[in-house]
Amino acid sequence: MAKMQINVNGSSRTVEAEAEASLLSVLREQLDLTGTRYGCGEGQCGACTVLIDGKARRSCLTPAAAAANKQITTIEGLAQGEHLHPLQEAFLAEGAMQCAYCTSGMIMSGVSLLNSNSNPSEAEIVRFMEGNICRCGTHPRIVAAIRRAASALKESGR
Amino acid sequence: MNEKPELQMPLEPERYELSAPPTYHFEIDRREWFKFLGAGLLVVCVSKSVAAAQESGGSRPAPGEALPKEIGAWLHLGENGVVTVYTGKVEMGQNIRTSLSQGVAEELHVPMGKIQMVMGDTQLTPFDRGTFGSLTTPTMNLQLRKVAAAARNLLVDLAAAQWKVDRQRLVAADGKISDPGTKRSVEYGILVKGQQLTQTVPAEEALAPATQWTVAGQPLPKVDGRDFVTGKHKYPSDQKLPEMLYGKIVRPSSFNATLVSLDTHEAEQMPGVTVVHDGNFVGVAAPSSVIASRAAAAIKTEWKSEAQPSNKDLFEYLKKNVTEGGDPTGAPTRYDAGSVEQALASAEHRLQQTYTVSYIAHTPLEPRAALAQWSGDHLTVWTGTQRPFGVRSELAAAFRIPEENVRVLMPDTGSGYGGKHTGDAAVEAARLARSAKRPVKVVWTREEEFTWAYFRPAGVIEVASGMQKDGTITAWEFHNYNSGAAGIRTHYDIANQRIAFHAARTPLRQGSYRGLAATANHFARETHMDELAHVVKMDPLEFRLKNAKDARLRDVYQAAAKKFGWGKAKSGAGQGFGVAGGSEKGGYVATCVEVAVDRASGEVKIVRVVTAFECGAVVNPDGLRNQIEGANIMGLGGALFEAVEFENGRILNGLMSLYRVPRFRDIPPVESVMLDRKDLPSMGAGETPMMGVAPAIGNAIFDATGVRLRSLPLVPNGLKLD
Repeated sequence: MAKMQINVNGSSRTVEAEAEASLLSVLREQLDLTGTRYGCGEGQCGACTVLIDGKARRSCLTPAAAAANKQITTIEGLAQGEHLHPLQEAFLAEGAMQCAYCTSGMIMSGVSLLNSNSNPSEAEIVRFMEGNICRCGTHPRIVAAIRRAASALKESGR
Repeated sequence: MNEKPELQMPLEPERYELSAPPTYHFEIDRREWFKFLGAGLLVVCVSKSVAAAQESGGSRPAPGEALPKEIGAWLHLGENGVVTVYTGKVEMGQNIRTSLSQGVAEELHVPMGKIQMVMGDTQLTPFDRGTFGSLTTPTMNLQLRKVAAAARNLLVDLAAAQWKVDRQRLVAADGKISDPGTKRSVEYGILVKGQQLTQTVPAEEALAPATQWTVAGQPLPKVDGRDFVTGKHKYPSDQKLPEMLYGKIVRPSSFNATLVSLDTHEAEQMPGVTVVHDGNFVGVAAPSSVIASRAAAAIKTEWKSEAQPSNKDLFEYLKKNVTEGGDPTGAPTRYDAGSVEQALASAEHRLQQTYTVSYIAHTPLEPRAALAQWSGDHLTVWTGTQRPFGVRSELAAAFRIPEENVRVLMPDTGSGYGGKHTGDAAVEAARLARSAKRPVKVVWTREEEFTWAYFRPAGVIEVASGMQKDGTITAWEFHNYNSGAAGIRTHYDIANQRIAFHAARTPLRQGSYRGLAATANHFARETHMDELAHVVKMDPLEFRLKNAKDARLRDVYQAAAKKFGWGKAKSGAGQGFGVAGGSEKGGYVATCVEVAVDRASGEVKIVRVVTAFECGAVVNPDGLRNQIEGANIMGLGGALFEAVEFENGRILNGLMSLYRVPRFRDIPPVESVMLDRKDLPSMGAGETPMMGVAPAIGNAIFDATGVRLRSLPLVPNGLKLD
């Protein structure tokens, strides 16, 4: 068991983690950030996606120790107070969810994509989102939501 | 006998439902209820027989009288104007929390924001057999609308009495009763202030016809969507209690294995770890999931089991192991009309083919999960299940305690698709919690979900048919081995039929899956229809219409064909068009598919899917469109590549990296055409839109290549061309 500092959603938290603990288990069990979901444990489904220094990472495969001293953003840290991130708004506007268990990971991956490509084509979205699984079949709506958010970001000049 | 077969077939009760007797435990006193709910108005919906009995003796219970037991749903209007609706149905992504709220808002004339739904809590909601079979919309939506309509009428009566005016002149709207004549109005909450009013809804309550709907029928967004995009929603696997431990089960090395030896010494030395061994059950509870996994891994076990079948012998095995007694549900498994032998003998064309479907896994993105807490001999469990009351029975039986001692709650779960009918994780968490004397949460790993849940049944379907030169089908013989009786009847008009389901001993644990066997039966039937059309060189759509009299079926075929542009010439090599359709659970579906087959690589690309669907009056067009798109996309997996591989009691591809489900690159544009029949009752839509996609793809591949595929999945490794 080792003590470490985790910077998550803008605040620094001290946690004690076993050597083999994943970032996912620390977020969920110690920090009560359960918006990041477990889906497969082998980085295949994307439900556990968080941003580490702005880039999408699978928290189930990331050792907690490897995330120390880095900036972690989870789904809970995306909105600014009451103001949702444009991609969160876009998911609502497109009805891009059914059971919504994949939604956190989809949004975090989508934000990562938009961080690096402010106007992705449909093909670029599909390629980037390939590692995220939705079992309910809302894929076309998720693609539409990412495009909608890209337009909104462009208009607001963010 | 030459009459048209009856179209309506009883819905197949799901196999796993049979163990759940309809036990009602609602002995609570009316005054007790208001103590719990607060003052206001309580309206309950009772079953027809009870309502009739009550009507003969006065329709309202006397003060203090227990509420009737055979209750479907109830609704409470509080002094603050908040409407709380109680239903045993559960939400797992099919969006009924929204669509049921719409039904209530429609009849009660309250804003959507004033409605909250309490769902699937065995202590608070009426008994419900489960959320499956596309039954929520045709049954629960109707009951809740009746309850809401009755509540509105009672509120109008209250205002009329208070103001001493004729009720006819009063208007109920936006949570208020108003009198346009005097311009006065009163909010619902104020009307019921300090009161304890009850009303049971008798047999029939007049409902707003769909043509007059203002809230129902609208594409309203998911009521609690914000909780999902912010990560705030707590799924069953997110539940937590103070002092909670994390559970982990030590699984057998194969199915049907018996524990031979066990060494728990090392695990028991770990701080904070409780090891539980009870018969074949071995598990641990620990302060974190990491330590639980470590402890479980430290336990040494030895198991023994007999040799078991493998998937390479599956279809032969099913045919050889037919069991007596037919469908375990007691559902009709056989249908006969006319004389198939005579019709086959005199037919101008005869065709006989065999079709197969593999086992597939539901793969809900949230695996099974449960949190269990004991308080003396009372047990509370939060779990992801489509049958909270069934899981309550399972728990009561497992721990030999009365059902009254068990409360099961179902926080909206991360999907089910028919895969969350059993209470395995709930029983496991409760067993660990009993020994650990602390609350315990068990969340299955993906591998456990792939292995220890249950599968969509595999099956073999044999079809023999006869037809005239003009394409009129005269004989239809259809035998389904193991996959199930749902959707087994043909909806084409054929004078001579023999249709039968044959149960079999099965190598894997199997159960419900979205649409049950209707997917398999539609696949076999609609592929065979295509083959027949080819024999008489008729257009596949024209051939179907020639043999279909049912106007609703014809309508969806024509709607899909129109949107798709059926009949257009092919524009290139490898392009193919396919069509398939049918009817199940009160809904009608037709799907047209375009494929592109690369003959060199064998790659099959789905270019476009158009699905027309009709399920009566549409309650929420966007929710319905989402279900149609989702069902077609989920159906792509089972159609193209999903299959469970197993050998001697072990699953060989039980990981997300080994079991392929549809991903973004697999998804074609899916266009849906919704036929809104406001003159017909609303039916469910979670399952039937899936029925056409697999056969339509297979038929399109034939159109593109001349290769006829008769097994699901169609192209797990691409198309093998000579």
